[in-house]
Amino acid sequence: MNTEKIHYNINFIAGLIIISLVLFFVTAGIFYTPYDPNEMNGAIKNMTPDFAHPFGTDNFGRDILSRVMSGAGTTFIVALSTVAIGAVMGTLIGAVTGYYGGFIDEILMRVNDGLTSFPSILLALVFVSIIGPGKYNVILALGIIFIPSFARVVRSEYITLKQMDFVKNAKLMGAGDFRIMFVHILPNTKLILLSSVTIGFNNAVLAEAGMSYLQLGVQPPDASLGRMLSEAQAYLFNAPWCALAPGLMIVLTVLGFSLLNER
Amino acid sequence: MKYFIRKLSSLILTLLLVSIFLFISFQVIPGDSAAASLGTSATKETVEALREELGLNRNVFVRYFSWLGNALCGDFGISAQYNMPVSLLLKERMPVTLWLAVLSIALIIIISIPLGIQSAKKEGGVSDRVITFLTHTAMAVPPFFLGIIITLVFGLILKWFIPGRYISYSENPGQFLGYMIFPAIAIAIPKTAMTIKFLRSSVIRQLKLDYVRTARSKGNQENVILYRHVLKNAFIPVITFIAMVIADVLAGSIIIEQLFSLPGMGRMLVTAISNRDFSVVQAIVIYIAAVVVVINFLVDIIYRCIDPRVRV
Amino acid sequence: MKKRSHFTLFLLMVLVLSIALYGCGGDKTGTDDEKTPADDMSSGTPVNGGSVVVGISQDLDSLDPHKAVAAGTKEVLFNVFEGLYKPDKDGNLVPAVAESYEISPDGKVYTFKLRQGLKFHNGNLVTADDIVYSLKRCAGLLDTTDPAVVVESALTNVSEVNKTDETTVEVVLKEADTELIGFLTSAVIPENYDKQDTAPVGTGPFKFVSYTPLESFVVEKNEDYYVAGKPYLDKVTFKIEPNADSVIMELLAGSIDIFPYLTDAQAEQLKDTFTITEGHMNLVQGLFLNNKAEPFHNVKVRQALNYAIDKQAILDLVAGGKGTVIGSNMFPGFAKYYEDLADKYPYDIEKAKTLLAEAGYPDGFTFTITVPSNYKFHVDTAQVIVEQLKQAGITARIQQIEWASWINDVYVGRNYEATIIGLDAKLAARDVLERYNSAADNNFVNYSNPQYDETLAKAIEAQDDAEKINYYKKLQSILAEDAAAVYIQDPALLVAVNPKLGGYTFYPVYVLDMASVYFKAE
Repeated sequence: MNTEKIHYNINFIAGLIIISLVLFFVTAGIFYTPYDPNEMNGAIKNMTPDFAHPFGTDNFGRDILSRVMSGAGTTFIVALSTVAIGAVMGTLIGAVTGYYGGFIDEILMRVNDGLTSFPSILLALVFVSIIGPGKYNVILALGIIFIPSFARVVRSEYITLKQMDFVKNAKLMGAGDFRIMFVHILPNTKLILLSSVTIGFNNAVLAEAGMSYLQLGVQPPDASLGRMLSEAQAYLFNAPWCALAPGLMIVLTVLGFSLLNER
Repeated sequence: MKYFIRKLSSLILTLLLVSIFLFISFQVIPGDSAAASLGTSATKETVEALREELGLNRNVFVRYFSWLGNALCGDFGISAQYNMPVSLLLKERMPVTLWLAVLSIALIIIISIPLGIQSAKKEGGVSDRVITFLTHTAMAVPPFFLGIIITLVFGLILKWFIPGRYISYSENPGQFLGYMIFPAIAIAIPKTAMTIKFLRSSVIRQLKLDYVRTARSKGNQENVILYRHVLKNAFIPVITFIAMVIADVLAGSIIIEQLFSLPGMGRMLVTAISNRDFSVVQAIVIYIAAVVVVINFLVDIIYRCIDPRVRV
Repeated sequence: MKKRSHFTLFLLMVLVLSIALYGCGGDKTGTDDEKTPADDMSSGTPVNGGSVVVGISQDLDSLDPHKAVAAGTKEVLFNVFEGLYKPDKDGNLVPAVAESYEISPDGKVYTFKLRQGLKFHNGNLVTADDIVYSLKRCAGLLDTTDPAVVVESALTNVSEVNKTDETTVEVVLKEADTELIGFLTSAVIPENYDKQDTAPVGTGPFKFVSYTPLESFVVEKNEDYYVAGKPYLDKVTFKIEPNADSVIMELLAGSIDIFPYLTDAQAEQLKDTFTITEGHMNLVQGLFLNNKAEPFHNVKVRQALNYAIDKQAILDLVAGGKGTVIGSNMFPGFAKYYEDLADKYPYDIEKAKTLLAEAGYPDGFTFTITVPSNYKFHVDTAQVIVEQLKQAGITARIQQIEWASWINDVYVGRNYEATIIGLDAKLAARDVLERYNSAADNNFVNYSNPQYDETLAKAIEAQDDAEKINYYKKLQSILAEDAAAVYIQDPALLVAVNPKLGGYTFYPVYVLDMASVYFKAE
């Protein structure tokens, strides 16, 4: 079992390093970008990478490095908010259904099954075509779609944990249901929740990219990684660097989190 | 039997819920097929006249039930954009998407099983680590970008296929498959990675169980243990997982069909959504939902047959 | 040690990705030797026969020429159908199904002489009855009108269509209109043939073969076509390619021979393997402002926007400098009526700020530009405008909506602040300018100026050509003066044509004429 441990550590450390780099990059982007990410300059359209523009410029002469820095920020906000909606609502639903069981459980889990049996991009597509495209609507649509998977995970944890001795003890001490659910049981689900959150975050980053490809995501002129990547497709032949920076950023982010999560 | 009936009724319930949800939600969105099909010659009067003709002015519930009744007989109405029965439109698109799904799933299974087992056999070994790393990377690339890279590499650099020159099955089955294999690869890669990961951990879990130790101590060959005992047990959870993958594959075709300009249901769906061609959207979504739900249902049944411990 | 190998792997991955991306740049030059060098379009001796694939960016909305409304459909059906008259490449109307026509002195009766021995694609002769039927159908005069048939507003002026003898048809109008011939280009179809929707029959240079939604529209040579020697090609496949981004791959791979709506960036990538020809789209692209919405009801605000937007810079950023800057609602291709007002509002931020201050917005304002998301060109233009307006202290937001919602909310509902779109028109000045009539159905900018309405009425009534032209030019000046919109440009039409082909011709209207295209002799 020794090799297993080292293996786990290497994945973890590699993930940690990648994620630290990515986070540093994104945080720096909030306070400082080399250029205004939306500033256009016709004189430097589609420039190859050089010292002034390490990742080159795009078809409007905008600095790609600056755009990736601010675009990654947008993507992270979308992904984080999505996961937040999914995790909070999912935990609530999972906790209630798992703890109480019975009729509510039966109904909510049927709905849940219905939703999860659906391909998520299809749901997002239908949602967004109903409420319209745009950053906040994408967050809402993806957030709702993420609820069932969190609910399912939390529910099964609650079903196991509610039979544990510490819950029985707490009941004997006279603790209310609410207190037991959220003060006693919830902390015990943190490991599994954490791993669901990282998986969810990755899925959200990839879903944002997919939505952008179908032109339903963040609206121009704002940058997001998915938007930049899908826009770059049109210039893949004379300006491949447009795809390189946002592509790498997505791959690194998702790879980093999934390595962190590996065990 | 009771289990069977319960599952079946929840299947029907899910489909009904989906159809009601869709029907209602499309009433809320602005813009309808009448406006879209009239384009810049639209005026208030012409839009109104066309709405009347298409029956868009009737009560939602009346329309829902008349739709449902017809749908059960296989009639999904007339497409506002193409002026053709939806069922006829879909009949031509369905095989494309189905072939794409079948090819992708075949690829997923063919690639992931040997790699997953290889990876699990020597946990932490070189091949395991290479495979693990590749699976992580494959899962990190957005699917549409993977499609672009495949088009670039195989289509434009290696010239193994001509992007956009789709040949239908009836024209030439060989060339059809030769073209379809590339979009299938684009869909299969990330799902294969997931399946490998899942299979690997499932096999590893089995290898640690007592019966394997017993078999080993009896002096059985390692490969015999692996293939005769472990795999059989390790596959049970994988079947459920693959059922989930099928849903994902169908969803993946929405994006990939755009990219490879395949005339399948996914592309039809995206076009129909932007044209507010509601009857087509409704039919496709219901169809995909039905496929997914029915597969899940079958898997539940199979799962129960293989593993009698399951009692839900 | 193990950690390092992990990182090596990772670096390798990055390398592979970047090679995959950069590699294509080098490969492109490698394929050059397979292709004949690009030369002038018109050169080369025509050879009969051959088939070509033409990429079109929209699916067809109907195969019935009287029901189709999308410009993208009409440009394709141009090859299958002809009207009494049809436009030629110089913007003149030339006889097609008719041989000649006369207008009565009072401008109320048009008399058409039919071309002898002309056949429909189904082999039947074109009779005067067919023409009466076709004209009545598209003027909405049949007893039972199919509600899906779209009646042009100009044709509502037609009061009756009569057959005077076997080869003569007369069109009687309610009011005098000497420009109606521009609208009598509507397709002539066989009487009482009810399969136009699925198996269209016309008189054009190509016959319908098949149509598969989302895939293609296929036509073949009409052997009986009345113009000797045309068409050259045996078969034309119009391949539907809604995704402008992936079409580039197919062009590079050679699955498409002709593709008309290239962006500048795409043209740049294709210039080694294709002949790129440049024409005009004959559209009025502009930032259209809702003249009834705050703050655009104030003419000073509209003028300020005109000063604050650098049109040439838009052309440079979005279209590589191609296209023609315009100053009013008319495109240069329509030379007879075109009044050059492009320099009316030079780029001048200070002037814009002064005007804004005078209008009561010294600190600028915020508004939303609603753009249909399927038109990347307009979306790109919007991005540039947002940046330019920042300089004048105006904050613009972009909202992309789907085409259907755009039609519904913006065009019909007129519920918007500003939008970017390209307006196309028939070969009649009236059609271009009538939408600014305060009562016009399609006056989606809510423009209203009594002087304009008056001048327009005079222009339509005028019999004398010089007088007519004068009025139409004046209308353009009024629009520019009132800054009804920010008129930007007539965009360049970039077409990629397989270098083996010749004869591709541009028209001042939105059509794709395949009859003149041929394979060049080796």
